[in-house]
Amino acid sequence: MSLNYDQAVEKYEPTLGLEVHVELNTKSKMFCSCSTEFGGAPNTQTCPVCLGLPGALPVVNGKAIESTILIGLALNCSIAPFSRFARKNYFYPDMPKNFQTSQYDEPICVNGYLDVEIETDEGVKPFRVEIERVHMEEDTGKSLHVGGATGRIHGADYSLLDYNRAGIPLVEIVTKIVGGTDKYAPQVARAYVTELRDILRSLGVSDVKMEQGSMRCDVNLSLAPIGSGELGTRSETKNVNSLRSVERAVIGEVVRQSNRLQDGERIVQETRHFQEESGQTRSGRSKEQAEDYRYFPEPDLVPVVPDSAWIEELRATLPEKPSTRRARLQAEWSVPDKEMTSLVNAGLLDVVEETITIGADPTRARSWWLGEVSRLANEREVDPTSLITPAQVAEVISLIASGELTDKLARQVVEGVIAGEGTPADVISKRGLKVVSDDGALMTAIEAAIASQPDTAERVRGGNIPAAGALIGAVMKATGGQADAAKVRELLLKHLGQL
Amino acid sequence: MTTIRSSASEMAAALASGETTSVELTEAHYAQIAKVDEQVHAFLYLDKEGALAQAADVDAKRKSGAELSPLAGIPLALKDVLAQKGIPTTCGSKMLEGWRPPYDSTVVSKLKAAGIVILGKTNMDEFAMGSSTENSAYGVTHNPWDLTRIPGGSGGGSSAALAAFEAPLAIGTDTGGSIRQPAAVTGTVGVKPTYGGVSRYGLIAFSSSLDQAGPCARTVLDAALLHEVIAGHDERDSTSIDAPVPHVVKAAKKLDVKGMKIGVVKELQGEGFQSGVLSKFHEGLDALVAAGAELVEVSCPTFDYALAAYYLIAPSECSSNLARFDSMRYGIRIGDDGNRSAEEVMKLTRHEGFGPEVKRRIILGTYALSSGYYDAYYGSAQKVRTLLMRDFNAAFAQADVLVSPTAPTTAFKIGANDNDPLAMYLNDIATIPVNMAGIGGMSLPCGLAEEDGLPVGFQIMSPAMRDDLMYQVGGTLEAALLSKWGGPLLDKAPVLAGN
Repeated sequence: MSLNYDQAVEKYEPTLGLEVHVELNTKSKMFCSCSTEFGGAPNTQTCPVCLGLPGALPVVNGKAIESTILIGLALNCSIAPFSRFARKNYFYPDMPKNFQTSQYDEPICVNGYLDVEIETDEGVKPFRVEIERVHMEEDTGKSLHVGGATGRIHGADYSLLDYNRAGIPLVEIVTKIVGGTDKYAPQVARAYVTELRDILRSLGVSDVKMEQGSMRCDVNLSLAPIGSGELGTRSETKNVNSLRSVERAVIGEVVRQSNRLQDGERIVQETRHFQEESGQTRSGRSKEQAEDYRYFPEPDLVPVVPDSAWIEELRATLPEKPSTRRARLQAEWSVPDKEMTSLVNAGLLDVVEETITIGADPTRARSWWLGEVSRLANEREVDPTSLITPAQVAEVISLIASGELTDKLARQVVEGVIAGEGTPADVISKRGLKVVSDDGALMTAIEAAIASQPDTAERVRGGNIPAAGALIGAVMKATGGQADAAKVRELLLKHLGQL
Repeated sequence: MTTIRSSASEMAAALASGETTSVELTEAHYAQIAKVDEQVHAFLYLDKEGALAQAADVDAKRKSGAELSPLAGIPLALKDVLAQKGIPTTCGSKMLEGWRPPYDSTVVSKLKAAGIVILGKTNMDEFAMGSSTENSAYGVTHNPWDLTRIPGGSGGGSSAALAAFEAPLAIGTDTGGSIRQPAAVTGTVGVKPTYGGVSRYGLIAFSSSLDQAGPCARTVLDAALLHEVIAGHDERDSTSIDAPVPHVVKAAKKLDVKGMKIGVVKELQGEGFQSGVLSKFHEGLDALVAAGAELVEVSCPTFDYALAAYYLIAPSECSSNLARFDSMRYGIRIGDDGNRSAEEVMKLTRHEGFGPEVKRRIILGTYALSSGYYDAYYGSAQKVRTLLMRDFNAAFAQADVLVSPTAPTTAFKIGANDNDPLAMYLNDIATIPVNMAGIGGMSLPCGLAEEDGLPVGFQIMSPAMRDDLMYQVGGTLEAALLSKWGGPLLDKAPVLAGN
């Protein structure tokens, strides 16, 4: 019998490790002055250096070092007084030099931590994720495999290479082994990546768009029988491209690995690929025989020796910590702990804040994002923030406040915006979603309702106010839901002499 | 009367006085090349059109009274390891056949800016690996002193071009002696500047931490003039020194060594050194003493390990540097029949494109960097490097410059070391420590060995960034020897019969 997640974590203890790659948003590449702009025509943002032409030499982008140090400081790391680049040697067609300039045993930031909060059965609890290192490296080019069914290299007719991405600065943030999460491993993973994303965004060092690949997460996971004190064999899941996927990937791996262990099979140390559709992972490259990258210090670059005064200057520019910001916003908006944690871990804090800044009421902003928008996002299996903008949500909220939309109509407007029918105003005009507030039109409907239910009307006249509900319902039905129920009630009761 | 046998500074004076023009000078050298290069095979490519255009441009500027650099209008031979825009650049390898770089190396930009006329590209051992030019994929270069002998290597094309009066100036590169040993065996002058003194941007890397471009000429003053053209800080090379270029021209003209201490390296004479080499070296020492210098014997015990350490570091770096030659973006491509995978095509291309010595070093280096061997090989070699620097520092505390024979033997017969790579490697025993420590080294002729009548090289080593000291001592020694010989040593070389 196969185990589900809850059964799996009753038997096995998960251990996590998270590696996050972040593309920095510097204007130029890591080692040359080529533009880093996303989406340029293939191979238009290249030069002898990032194409790895014979004789070309790298020169470090100072801004990239600054961004990396900022990240290290924000993650409570020590900044190494001396660090070096190293060459990671392996062959691949989209790697111009057939080595990646990276950092190996002398990374620029080490030994940090990040505190997150997760919802547990006993309420919201803090959890500390320790950071092993933050290091710099360059991105590779991109291969496009043409022909064949899978878009992968096997079976393709030919491959195209685009080196625009080659040499874009990347920062890799690696956690230490994250144990002690118990069954909350998926929540911890998601909370960590969310928090990290918020920090990076607040630092302004990256676009952190997981869908576009400017932030990519690899999830390492292993299981061991509860209480064994052992560390199991891990798998490394790549291609985890949204916050939601981080959580799903952990769940998927816990279930897969526990069932293998349950069946007496061993876990293969390998790279796996997350499948967005199924939430499962697919086997990739085996790592049983450790690849030998023949790292050695990059002789074309000089060591990075940041001045301690400069580090302190950078430290002084660090923005408000996300945890401090959360506490501030929570107080400003008077939100209960549990709801605040949901908001943060759903990755909705920024959009909610933005919605409120535009002028929406805090309670309504939260309930729209956490409620209707999240519900629609779940149905579509996407991130809520990809569906609608804070400005659009704020517009809908303001139309409710001014009485131009009812909650019910507003839900239709939001649905229309998400369906791609345009701005809220466009949807309202195209679908004709206006609250009927014309007294004349309403009175006609009210009189029709009374005429069709004379007995009910009599009871209301006799003082049975709750009986008015049936009449109001008939009016709402007749107006296609576009009437303001409160207004209908007022007019009806007045007409029947009860106000 | 200026002829192709004149020095570059004499040619420069003749240009300045109007006695000749750059076009005439350039044509005279092409005439000599046409006459003798079939026998010598110094050149791989001639850019007659480009050279004559540059010459005409300089002549026009001179006519208009524009201020010109001292070497403007003088022809030069360029080692085929430096990228020159639009001109075939092969590194002596089949791998790069047909490749025309889309950019100029910094050295070439500086030569062009100084109005120097680049005649063409000279032959070399493939990827600068060798001491005889026999490893070129395009045929061996012959020593003008005896066409059955090697012209040294890897820069044998440049040294032979100077000795055969095909060019008055040349550029070489020196990783373990590739400028100095060819100079020694051809009776010419070659200088390896302090590491970082000349930009490596556009120098196709063999071993990044050792490679250094430098001037080759027939006189010390000519080398100094060329040195000042190509040296200086370059933002595109992170390892380039950001400090003023030493005043080497002034130093070469001093002709005074009174009171200078000349350190004779104990470990670089005796066993393994040809007797005629040692006797000419001692005549050089006598000349310096006669000029007022003081000799001190210095000991550098770590030199015994220099060769072994070099043959770990250089191959290690080359195994990574040469990984980029994979047929994906430039150079030859073998076996791409539409059915083979990228990996198979890479393999076939590298099998065909690289010669045996290059393959030997790639394999050596790949092994030395492998996990489990790194510490024992690459790691230990780097430690030897540190010890070598200590030896040099101690020696330079006792002496202003250090001296030794440049190479243990005179030019050997072509094919003599075909089956003995180790014997070939021993040619660089006296030159390698200079590269390992990153200091400056010069070779100038000090006579003809009695037993074979072939030129002997005298090596002068100067502390890092004090290249002026070797020019001062070299200039003085050259003047003393010229007056003793009654003219340049090259006057004693056989005159090559024309076609």
